[in-house]
Amino acid sequence: MSAILTNETKKVLIKPLINENPITLQVLGICSALAVTSQMSTSLIMAIALTSVTACSSASISLIRNHIPSSIRIIVQMTIIASLVIVVDQILKAVAYDISKQLSVFVGLIITNCIVMGRAEAYAMKNPPLESFMDGIGNGLGYSLILVIVAFFRELFGSGKLLGIEIFELTKDGGWYDPNGLMLLPPSAFFIIGMIIWVFRQIKPEQREHVEFQIMPIAHGEGGHH
Amino acid sequence: MPNLKDCKHYEKFKIYADRILAQSNDSLEKTLAIALWVCFVCAILVSIAAVALRPMQANNKALDMKKNILDVAGLLQEGGDINAAFDQQIEAKLVDLETGDYVEGIDVASYDQRKAAKDPAQSIVIPSDKDIASIKVKAKIAKVYLVKKGEEIQSIILPISGYGLWSTLYGFLALDADGQTVQSINFYDQAETPGLGGEVVNPNWRALWQGKKVYSESGEPVLKLIKGVVDTGKPGSEYQVDGLAGATLTSVGVSNLIKYWMSKEGFATYLEKVRTEG
Repeated sequence: MSAILTNETKKVLIKPLINENPITLQVLGICSALAVTSQMSTSLIMAIALTSVTACSSASISLIRNHIPSSIRIIVQMTIIASLVIVVDQILKAVAYDISKQLSVFVGLIITNCIVMGRAEAYAMKNPPLESFMDGIGNGLGYSLILVIVAFFRELFGSGKLLGIEIFELTKDGGWYDPNGLMLLPPSAFFIIGMIIWVFRQIKPEQREHVEFQIMPIAHGEGGHH
Repeated sequence: MPNLKDCKHYEKFKIYADRILAQSNDSLEKTLAIALWVCFVCAILVSIAAVALRPMQANNKALDMKKNILDVAGLLQEGGDINAAFDQQIEAKLVDLETGDYVEGIDVASYDQRKAAKDPAQSIVIPSDKDIASIKVKAKIAKVYLVKKGEEIQSIILPISGYGLWSTLYGFLALDADGQTVQSINFYDQAETPGLGGEVVNPNWRALWQGKKVYSESGEPVLKLIKGVVDTGKPGSEYQVDGLAGATLTSVGVSNLIKYWMSKEGFATYLEKVRTEG
């Protein structure tokens, strides 16, 4: 185990969890984070699917990285990623049919998830397979972490449940909790992700983005229409 | 396990591979070769996954179909054995849509109405003026499901389909033995907009269908979705169901498919026979 977990692999595995989280720092992969997080079960399956695709695609791209012609580099990466996504989709349809029905197109949309492509291009094209594999796992777990946090709040406050098990008794069943309907709609994920990013950047100020330009105040008598 | 090196083409392949790999990454030959080999390997991977997992997927699909039929019949029990429940309580029958008679001599279990609709020998093209559900073709023989208590029919479950906004909706309509009163409806295959037209699967909306009537006194199929909420005090409200908010075209599609499948083109002849003959 210690032979596999060298310093580099440890670093690429742990860094994307908090310090370089693909969702909170790079703000990638938001689309599916909005769509599949109304329940814990769907987001866990999505997290596993994305993590395995990212890890395997990074490893296979890294394996042939020295022989990929630069002119068709992106297409080769996409072909490998798309094939792996189809395989994952087929496996889900075979072993977790109900959840794959709920995830519907979003498994297929892993192909266009910026995290997968981003890791292939930024890391796997320059590093050996084992490190790339670990980097894929790390980034997948970073994505999973945020997804699970978002789903936790959405399912708990939106339907009073966690993984389908009742936590808060709903008023319609004679309990005390009146569910928040907004939590079941995709925009609530926006708010929760926004707050997670705010908390992360409050704790780690170095994650804040630099101001790229200053908005100038409007000077009087300049360029106005009269 | 045969040794790869024993293959008589191995040497030739090795020479070819070495020559390609030794080239500059940007040479035309290598670019083409890499593109080809990546596609080849990926195609094999995808094919193996698809073929190897097909039996499991087909099994899941069949189970899901049975689950939906039990659901529309109101017989679905959480955590129960679906196959056993289905075999005990549901009887599948084949119906000739034109004559309304049961068809014997075809294996009921293996008959797939959706597949038959695609086979020119087993289907008919619907003339466009009659094709209000926009399905273009229909199978001559439909597969219906009956729930019986002793010899008495409890529910008649009819397969229905029609075009909504983005997709063809496939579902079941469960009627009482009078062939008139709706028990339940569900759609097991649709790709309407989630949250709008996709609400056809919402249990609250589906519950509105219970007790509605399909045919008017003159025998016309008049059940349909209306804009807004049905005023239950008004006469005729038993022929109306709330439309789906924000999904006009899906609502129109559902109205049309009900009208089509309940007409003489669909199950009207069959239902009349059930009513008179039991």
